Amino acid sequence: MTMHDTRMPDATVTIEDLAPDARFSLRVGADGRAAASETLGLDLPVRVGDVARGAEERTALCLGPDEWLITAPAEAGGAIARAFADLYDRTPHSLVDVSDREVTVRVTGPEALTLMTIGCPRDLARLAPGRAVRTVFDGATVILWRDAEDTFRMDVWRSFAPFVRDLLEIGRAEIAAGL
Amino acid sequence: MLLIHCPYCDETLPEAEFAYAGEAHVDRPADPMALSDDEWAAFLFIRSNPKGVHAERWRHVHGCARFFNAERDTVTDAFVSTYRAGEPRPGTKCSAGAPAGDDMKVAAE
Repeated sequence: MTMHDTRMPDATVTIEDLAPDARFSLRVGADGRAAASETLGLDLPVRVGDVARGAEERTALCLGPDEWLITAPAEAGGAIARAFADLYDRTPHSLVDVSDREVTVRVTGPEALTLMTIGCPRDLARLAPGRAVRTVFDGATVILWRDAEDTFRMDVWRSFAPFVRDLLEIGRAEIAAGL
Repeated sequence: MLLIHCPYCDETLPEAEFAYAGEAHVDRPADPMALSDDEWAAFLFIRSNPKGVHAERWRHVHGCARFFNAERDTVTDAFVSTYRAGEPRPGTKCSAGAPAGDDMKVAAE
């Protein structure tokens, strides 16, 4: 059996860790969605998997019928938390800062889709670029963003991250070796 | 792998994203104190276990995280329908090739 170099420079897929973002889990019922949208400054999408993008790089991903993931640059988190704090009096909702819960890994390259299929049971070819879903990656719940045709971004819970990272690295080495 | 249609995500997705959560439409008695021990034990433990179409709860745990109900044929393992929690059972009795057994009744009846 031949040993393959796992660090081949011409690998067709790249895995990198991204800098932290501000992340919030927002739960609000249908009658409070308009008020929450106004507070956030963008329309909260209603279809599961849709992403809305607003000013100051704020994004809202619809995870469920009453659940959204809000992301923003790390330094903008405080402003979002303060804006929603004022909303508690008028609209029942829950905004929880989950910035430190997950770390983000980005997978790019022509073989990115192939690499994601080693852990994700979904038919990811049907996930349109620009959308994102909460799904499973070899047993770990992840939020998977498809930023472009050949770019995936995955938010992984901190405790699962070393496992997911190692698995991706094994897959990358196999793809690089032509397996 | 089974493919399950999530009524909240409105997508047909692999079984690996879902978790089974027991029989559906088992109503908790309104006044548990009025029940005998046998009746309470029946509510807790006795399920219909049909041969044929079974109404059961599933949770899209690695997705929208919602509980929903599904009708699954216990003979063929085919999902007949899925519907949101709180909606009435569509009432599909059985599919071709899977005759319903005599025990085809829901425990809550």
